[in-house]
Amino acid sequence: MPPVDVSTNGLSAVKPCEEVDSVVIRFCGDSGDGMQLVGTQFTNVSAIFGNDVSTLPDFPAEIRAPVGTVGGVSGFQLCFSSTDVLTPGDEVDTLVAMNPAALKTNLGDLKRGGTLIVNEDAFDKSNIAKAGYESNPLDDEALLAGFRVHKVPMTRLTRDAVADLGLSQKEADRCKNFFALGLVFWLYERDPSPTKKWVQEKFAKRPEFIEANLAALKAGSDFGYSTEAFTVHYKVPPAKLPAGKYRKITGNEAIAIGLATAANLSGKDLFYAGYPITPASDILHELSKLKNFGVRTAQVEDEIAAITATVGAAFGGSFAVTASSGPGIALKSEGIGLGIIIELPMVIVNVQRGGPSTGLPTKTEQSDLMMSMFGRNGESPMPIVAAATPADAFDAAREAMRLAVEFMTPVFLLSDGYIANGAEPWLIPDLSKLEPIRFSHLKEPNGEDGKVLPYLRDERLVRPWAIPGTPGLEHRVGGLEKAEETGNVSYDPDNHEHMTKTRAAKIAGIADHIPEQVVEGPESGDLLVISWGGTYGSVRSAVLKAQAAGKSVALAHLRYLNPFPKNLGDIIKRYKKVLVPELNAGQLLYMLRATYLVDAQGLNKIKGKPFLISEVLEAIDKTLAQ
Amino acid sequence: MSASIELPVLKPKDFASDQEVRWCPRCGDYSILAQVKKVLPTLGIPKENFAFISGIGCSSRFPYYMNTYGMHSIHGRAPAVATGLKVTRPELQVWVITGDGDSLSIGGNHFMHMIRRNVDLKVILFNNQIYGLTKGQYSPTSPEGKKTKSTPYGSVDAPLTPISVALGARASFVARSVDVDIKHLCMVLERAAHHKGTAIVEVYQDCNVFNTGAFEFASKKDQKQENCIYLEHGKPLIFGKDKNKGIRLNHLNQPEVVELGKGIEEDDLLFHDEKADDPSLAFLLSQMRYPDSPEPMGVFRAVERPTYDELVNEQVREVTEKQGRGDLEKLFHSGDTWVVE
Repeated sequence: MPPVDVSTNGLSAVKPCEEVDSVVIRFCGDSGDGMQLVGTQFTNVSAIFGNDVSTLPDFPAEIRAPVGTVGGVSGFQLCFSSTDVLTPGDEVDTLVAMNPAALKTNLGDLKRGGTLIVNEDAFDKSNIAKAGYESNPLDDEALLAGFRVHKVPMTRLTRDAVADLGLSQKEADRCKNFFALGLVFWLYERDPSPTKKWVQEKFAKRPEFIEANLAALKAGSDFGYSTEAFTVHYKVPPAKLPAGKYRKITGNEAIAIGLATAANLSGKDLFYAGYPITPASDILHELSKLKNFGVRTAQVEDEIAAITATVGAAFGGSFAVTASSGPGIALKSEGIGLGIIIELPMVIVNVQRGGPSTGLPTKTEQSDLMMSMFGRNGESPMPIVAAATPADAFDAAREAMRLAVEFMTPVFLLSDGYIANGAEPWLIPDLSKLEPIRFSHLKEPNGEDGKVLPYLRDERLVRPWAIPGTPGLEHRVGGLEKAEETGNVSYDPDNHEHMTKTRAAKIAGIADHIPEQVVEGPESGDLLVISWGGTYGSVRSAVLKAQAAGKSVALAHLRYLNPFPKNLGDIIKRYKKVLVPELNAGQLLYMLRATYLVDAQGLNKIKGKPFLISEVLEAIDKTLAQ
Repeated sequence: MSASIELPVLKPKDFASDQEVRWCPRCGDYSILAQVKKVLPTLGIPKENFAFISGIGCSSRFPYYMNTYGMHSIHGRAPAVATGLKVTRPELQVWVITGDGDSLSIGGNHFMHMIRRNVDLKVILFNNQIYGLTKGQYSPTSPEGKKTKSTPYGSVDAPLTPISVALGARASFVARSVDVDIKHLCMVLERAAHHKGTAIVEVYQDCNVFNTGAFEFASKKDQKQENCIYLEHGKPLIFGKDKNKGIRLNHLNQPEVVELGKGIEEDDLLFHDEKADDPSLAFLLSQMRYPDSPEPMGVFRAVERPTYDELVNEQVREVTEKQGRGDLEKLFHSGDTWVVE
């Protein structure tokens, strides 16, 4: 076993090292304590080492809630493993709590026998009171019974480590997250070089901060090595992932890259208009870096401007996109309706969060499915594609764009807060195997006598994409009902019914142009679990466990919510029972019951948090036992 | 090819679509439509490179009557639709057709942001001081006390002055004309068409069904010379049938009406400077409203500043030049990567 280089003497291996398959760590502290940063660093280091990883950042909606309060606690959970991991983990193996409020809100998730590392310096009277404890919880033996508790004076040790560097006390204290990171690196035998490299790049202009953070990192690691308390440390061997080159990717990054890829491969420029909103803003940030890919981004005045500018760009012939979260999508409804009646291609990304209204901006939920289906005036169906995981969002984004362009329609791409901020290894695809999107612009009049017929449909009921600047194709579109073929305004009752049905038939017909639903597990049996979107990891893990226990359970995880894959009805009929786990009050359940008249049961969680595997497994067992 | 490309000579009728124009008889919109059709052929722009984007309201039916590309979009949002189009297709000349309710009530936000960004759009704001399409409610430009269906006892809202709003948002071009003042309207539209940047043209437009006569002071031949000042760059502000009245600034820098002669010369008057960097003068002029004072008509401000569409595209070009055309392979492999054997 190679020595870990965080320890100067290289003797870290002297202490016993246990090999484990999978570990769940949660870093938590005040929102100013840098917990997202250390969580991300631990994830990067583990991914580069070759572990499979899955992460769950969990932060408050307020950027800086009052220091030391329960409302200001920010956490970052990650699971790293030598096997395929699908979720950030149900129970926490190692909890790092930087203050009493973090302990208070997170201790309940630490498993019995788990390791608790606390910054005991932060447990002063004021912080203890702010967290709502009556006395110091570190003295409460009953509370801490059953955990391996390490009270570490992190603030003091960090100050000592950086003492000679001329930092102010405030600056010195800001390094204590690196102390914590160093300690956990040692505990899990991580090679810290990627983090060291990151620190050097990040603080290139402030060499004193490089030195200080590295000193804190080393002090944390040395503390683990030299302290009696840490009698053992752990090793998680690399995972056996499919061969290939990987990078870590979040859902928001994957969507941005997926959209840019779709446009580039098709020889089109991408236009993105957006308004900042949690948790979708990173899509705007990522795309605005890609100017040299022909990506034009516009941070516009509001959500309505974002969707209507998207309509304008689509009219002009661009691959056009906007993204938002629930409240913003609500504002976009009328603009999406305009896209539907004009029949222009565009992708609307909804990174769902807890609702209604402002709801839980930083927490995940799947409660906008109904809004995606029905949240517009009039009969206005549109396709809905959902991403399953952060890496999958790359493919889902390209697929949403394909459907938009091939069928001349707005398409919803559903993500959620968990996918958006969560990260996982992405097997970098072979670019040469990615298909461009087929599209064409009308070049010359398509009617008799040189007339242009912008609503003359092909066999899939798709109208031509005739764009401004093309001689002889001048035409008008708009939000008023239009006559078939000519697109002229029409108030004719029969025409309106005909056009409504035609638009609906076009969307329904997409079922013939998407893959059939795949079932993971037996082709028929006792129970079919149907899920969608970001619950894939937990639900699949639970189904695999149930299957391993010999139960007759299969999983159909849906990417296409509208239209449903055409074989879904037949699949449902092959199982005795159907269970639909969702992070909402039962929206897919409602759609499935309405569409297939199936007596499906729901498992519904509306806490702003992903499913635990155990919750889904319990529901599977219960449903089977009924 | 060495031969120069000759554009076909276009006539106003080439810009008429095959749709029957369906505004009320004698609506001021007819005149505006006619003047636009007159101006477009003079611009040397191929017909397929025009796009007309409108919102909702009587005037917003306009694109249906133009044989160009067009979109009748949704209420108040035409500036945003047009921005999306212009940024991605900068070679098009994009016109925005809007009304007082469309641009200043429901679409106030987009109106303001289009102007401050200086998107290269030609905007015709049909101001009839009423909601016509919904049959006669007061609008954000209706005068205080206005009795309408929704204000039977008179409106208590303070109205907006569109030109002041536009100047407040840093408009690079603002002008006003009247629907039936054909020559003046043509001149102003032509100026707008040639301006690079957001060009706001407010047109006083008579709604002869719900608000008829609102602009008689500026449209009636026997009244307009007395009530309006026709702005000309570099010229003193003179008005009146006999050109014997003018505007000068008093000791408080407030405009006041003076009679020429009797010791007051042209040089004592306020001179119009549409190119002034400082928009104060233009704002002051915009605040002169009939009947409290004679009302200026014509171009209030015409200055140059970079357009949004130009800057967005320039940035794309610059970054591409500096970093090279984006390479997806490199993008995929950026950041920390690792290989699993």
